Amino acid sequence: MPKQSAIEKEGVIIEALSNAMFRVELDNGHVIIAHISGKMRMHYIRILPGDRVRVEMSPYDLTKGRITFRYK
Amino acid sequence: MNITKTEEEIALLRENGMLVSRTLAEVGRHISPGIATRQLDSIAEAFIRDHGAVPAFLGFNGFPNSLCISVNSVVVHGFPGDYRLEEGDIVSIDCGTRYKGYFGDSAYTFGVGKVSQAAELLMQTTRESLFRGIEKATAGNRIGDIGEVVQRHVEKRGFSVVREMVGHGIGTHLHEKPDVPNYGRSGQGKHLEEGMVLCIEPMINQGGRGVYLERDGWTLRTADNRNSAHYELTVVVRKGKAELLSTFAFIEGEDINKVSD
Repeated sequence: MPKQSAIEKEGVIIEALSNAMFRVELDNGHVIIAHISGKMRMHYIRILPGDRVRVEMSPYDLTKGRITFRYK
Repeated sequence: MNITKTEEEIALLRENGMLVSRTLAEVGRHISPGIATRQLDSIAEAFIRDHGAVPAFLGFNGFPNSLCISVNSVVVHGFPGDYRLEEGDIVSIDCGTRYKGYFGDSAYTFGVGKVSQAAELLMQTTRESLFRGIEKATAGNRIGDIGEVVQRHVEKRGFSVVREMVGHGIGTHLHEKPDVPNYGRSGQGKHLEEGMVLCIEPMINQGGRGVYLERDGWTLRTADNRNSAHYELTVVVRKGKAELLSTFAFIEGEDINKVSD
């Protein structure tokens, strides 16, 4: 039986919150709160409002996500 | 739960793998036009229990049956029911066992009677892609190496890979780390170590890769309603060449009673 995979979506940062969290508007219109993945923090990848990002989400909580990639 | 398994654990996983393989063969013998998918489910449940094991899917996250039976455009997680198989259907049977605390998990797509050439090609390609993926499941490679060969092989023929569902590790739980997607890029993802036990399971659509979940919360169907095939084997990552813990040998010719357990 296959396993449900993490959902990957793309969106745009609309607001920077505290603790390296961001409000992201997904392409489907949903607005979620997402934090930066540890790997991106390690490499000091900065994220600003307006950036286009890839977000990973768990199927169990569709209001939160993890930013895994910033498009240039 | 450890990501690599000891030889003792692998031995138990092998027993499970063999039982699943034989269950699939037993179910396969009964596949013919006119049989209700519910009957196949009972056959599998009886067969698994006769061997002292428990069907792993029964009650898993609330799944109501022992088998996932996915006919034609159903990708995976179809419920067995009153539907009677028809000539030309392709039906994917996914089976899991729990025995001595460990799990087994495999799937096979059967053609019912004579199937169209296109369906035949889809099944054959999916099966080939699984074995190409298994070739890459060696120590030192990465998860992405498996995904890339599977993806490349099926997309070459114009088919597409389902992204919403992935393969997985297996052990004392049905789903363990790591996830094994059927797409990706070589050189990316987790490193494979000797002793990891993986379920590699390409789910391949004849048309587009889009799928949707039906209202029952389980049945995953292709968006364009075209066929989808699904094959799954459990393998151990080894140096040089992966070792199979489950097999299609019982289904594809070998006599089921010839192999002692």
